[in-house]
Amino acid sequence: MSIEVRSVTKRFGATLALDDVSLTLEEGKIYGLLGNNGAGKSTLLNIMTNRLFADRGAVTVDGEDVRNNDAALSKLFLMSENNLYPDDMRVRRAFETAALFYPGFQMDNALQLSEIFGLNTKKKITALSTGYASIFRIIVALSVNAPYLLLDEPVLGLDAQHRDLFYQKLIEKFAAGGCTVVISTHLIAEVAGLIEHAIIIRNGRILRDCGKDALLSGCCTITGPAEAVDRYLAGRSVLTVSTLGGLRTACVQVEDGEEPLPAGLERGAVNLQDYFIHLMNAEEKANA
Amino acid sequence: MVNFTGETPIFVQIAELLEDAILSGAYGEETQVPSITEFSVAYKINPATALKGVNLLVDAGYLYKRRGVGMFVAAGARERILAARRERFYRDFVLSTVRESKRLEIGAAELLEMTKRGYEEDEH
Repeated sequence: MSIEVRSVTKRFGATLALDDVSLTLEEGKIYGLLGNNGAGKSTLLNIMTNRLFADRGAVTVDGEDVRNNDAALSKLFLMSENNLYPDDMRVRRAFETAALFYPGFQMDNALQLSEIFGLNTKKKITALSTGYASIFRIIVALSVNAPYLLLDEPVLGLDAQHRDLFYQKLIEKFAAGGCTVVISTHLIAEVAGLIEHAIIIRNGRILRDCGKDALLSGCCTITGPAEAVDRYLAGRSVLTVSTLGGLRTACVQVEDGEEPLPAGLERGAVNLQDYFIHLMNAEEKANA
Repeated sequence: MVNFTGETPIFVQIAELLEDAILSGAYGEETQVPSITEFSVAYKINPATALKGVNLLVDAGYLYKRRGVGMFVAAGARERILAARRERFYRDFVLSTVRESKRLEIGAAELLEMTKRGYEEDEH
């Protein structure tokens, strides 16, 4: 059971939004889809859910092509910024509409979450503030009960308290079993603990597709006197180097994170957000 | 709220939190500890990570599973954690303190004096 993205390419005019992207999303994991603005995250998610069409390549869900395939598409739920409901529809009615498209929709759950988040279900969707519009979409996403939950910038406009609540409810839903989650977000530090597998995308191409632990254990910072650091870096895969006076820090990819270091050098761990920033800086420099 | 640092893997930090709670008596011996879901929700981490952390304590014999009920603190777990932590304290803190003392040219007698002073000042 998985989502397979095979050699998907998508062009918007002169822009190559996705360039031969292939991925496998396995059942029962939480994925982080990470990339800067315009990297192609939303395009990819929209193609996966047949809201956009690929120029080349295909997406299958549990072996079935998603193109114009309602059975395959009903296994996917994409929460995105777009409002898919008529402008004058009220929240409660929108829940009922979602239930028509997703027979597994849990109305009691949606109403309970509305109460917890303080969402007035009598309000018109268009009258909701940015934060509550996000909360409305979050509640639909957490209630549809689709096996594959794709969340595109789910916490946009949410305050810290509601973001916290959202992460808790998402984990509860995930822990209850039976769903695969893909979170696309800019707030990497907030989801770092949640995600098991990181997919890093830049300029329409997949840069990393790797378990988070393996990704981070394969990377560290080395700090010390500039000359000693440079000697250590020779022949290694270096992401970034920064210098503060005579002190140099390099972010380096390592095969064996535990090997003893030459005297005077110190090793530091890299968290997911820092890794992402180092990687983006390295790519920018390489392509400058 | 716990702030996970980048230095130690999260599952190890979860294991340490659990050990700390057993040491403090918050999770008493032969009492049930929270479920994997409760841990992952409380700390906002992947359930697989929480499971990995809890399993470190199961493997060490500090926790045991009661089928269909949940996870319990083993009898004698507190004493054994205390012993293991003391051993680690020597390795991680005492030895590194000695090393730093040498670097700062502090002799054994002087370090002992400083330690005594620390004990006294912490009283206040």
